[in-house]
Amino acid sequence: MDQEKILAIETSCDETAAAVVEGGTTLLSNVVATQMEIHQKFGGVVPELASRHHIEQITLVIEKALNEAKVTMDEIDAIAVTEGPGLVGALLIGVNAAKTLAFAHQKPLIGVHHIAGHIYANRLEQEFQFPLLSLVVSGGHTELILMKEHGDYEIIGETRDDAAGEAYDKVAKALDLPYPGGPVIDQLAHEGEETYDFPRSWLEKDSFDFSFSGLKTAVVNQIHQLKQKNEPISKANIAASFQASVVDVLVEKTYQAAQQYGVKQLIVAGGVSANRALRRSIQERFEGTNIAVSIPPLYLCTDNAAMIGAAASIQYRNNQYASLNLNAQPGLMIER
Amino acid sequence: MNILAIDTSNRPMSVALYHNEIPLIEHTLNSKRNHSVQLMPAIEYLMKEVNLQPKDLSKIVVANGPGSYTGLRIGVTTAKTLAWSLNIPLVTVSSLELVAANLIYSNGLVCSFFDARRGNVFTGLYRAQEGQLAVQLPDQNIAMDEWLNQLNELGEPITMVSPTEHSFHDLVSEKLGDRAKWIRGHLSFPQAGQLVLLGKDREPVDIHSTSPNYHRLVEAEVKWMEKNGRNE
Ligand SMILES: [Zn+2]
Repeated sequence: MDQEKILAIETSCDETAAAVVEGGTTLLSNVVATQMEIHQKFGGVVPELASRHHIEQITLVIEKALNEAKVTMDEIDAIAVTEGPGLVGALLIGVNAAKTLAFAHQKPLIGVHHIAGHIYANRLEQEFQFPLLSLVVSGGHTELILMKEHGDYEIIGETRDDAAGEAYDKVAKALDLPYPGGPVIDQLAHEGEETYDFPRSWLEKDSFDFSFSGLKTAVVNQIHQLKQKNEPISKANIAASFQASVVDVLVEKTYQAAQQYGVKQLIVAGGVSANRALRRSIQERFEGTNIAVSIPPLYLCTDNAAMIGAAASIQYRNNQYASLNLNAQPGLMIER
Repeated sequence: MNILAIDTSNRPMSVALYHNEIPLIEHTLNSKRNHSVQLMPAIEYLMKEVNLQPKDLSKIVVANGPGSYTGLRIGVTTAKTLAWSLNIPLVTVSSLELVAANLIYSNGLVCSFFDARRGNVFTGLYRAQEGQLAVQLPDQNIAMDEWLNQLNELGEPITMVSPTEHSFHDLVSEKLGDRAKWIRGHLSFPQAGQLVLLGKDREPVDIHSTSPNYHRLVEAEVKWMEKNGRNE
């Protein structure tokens, strides 16, 4: 039997994306129209602007995804879409486009959780081995999620304040660096040295939760002190020191959780998994263990629709369909 | 020719199916529930009731603003995705013209408006004559006070019509006196059937690039331009 082909749509933040995925593991097309440059001058994503750009791109991106996959709507078995979490106005464009396609071509509709998508991006590269642990790090998320089987998610740790990506953006702003902060700080850190001993927030002994607001404050205070003393500020050294602290905590907590839950596989997912220091550090820490580490290639780390199609494949096989009254759910939870 | 018309510009939601100029079914509701939840099931229901399949549709007409940004995007996203995926023409009509069209068989000036908060309105002025509607003053986003001054200068009777809640009755009386007449009740609400009649013979739009006519810039952009000068 042929594997199912899913047309997936993702518009939860500032990327308008559509993709065709076969059998949950094979990428037939993956089209992303990014709005990064549009939001850059505002120092962050402007929700109304994001929605306005999504609506201008949506049918173009879907058409391109079908063309690149060389399939017609008739050959598509289901339509999948990110239903949440995300910016409500942005999500609405994808959700309404997906519902319309499902109706127009009488196809099943599947609502997908954005974070499930980030995790399943890995399945386009490598089959899952359960139990698995996923470290999800992005502008809006820092979570450790345990999976015992497909479609089953348990959050065993999460941030109590800022997400890791958010901390990057705030530190970048304090250093007068452009938005988004992640790639710029990663690059600068590469050129600098860890000269400041910024705090590592471990929280309670057995907790796998994270906290980055104290670190962010320490960095901002350090910059402030240097300015007051009229001392030169090495952005590279501050970036290197800040990044070392973030990566230390992320990697160590992930390692401890992986050991405690006896997982067979570790997946690093979300936009921040593009970070080179994090990738290197994770690989080093897990070397010699029998835990398989998988980090998707960069183009699958950042928001895309292929990951939504991959996650939707599991729901398709379990007949977990949505009806035409599907709505955008900006605060959708991953645990059922 | 089977035509589907959609309006979700404000709190009312109206959907109609016509065969040429003949109404098959029309559905208008005015509730606080979400258009995003209600629109697609409503279209599905109407089609079923008149025994039409999606592939039987030959044209889509949508009201594309001004109005509530989110409401407009729900209607326009649905309309453009439907038209694109069925490979049929898409026509857009002003959301203000749609409401003014309730008076298309009257004679004289019709001002339709939507409350845009803080004393502002989305509004346009139309002239109804012999079953036709002509634009007298284009759709715009303006302070009601200033708009009424412009209307006053015309020195003609004007019929005011608005489907959104507002508190402009006193201001209108003050500025226009007896020359203003109000339309209340169902004729002040958009009816998608009118949308079909207005749009059925108009030139189709380019589907991919179609987006709502917001008639207002994003606040962050306005602030940015004020700070950095207009010519970036
Ligand atoms: Zn994401």
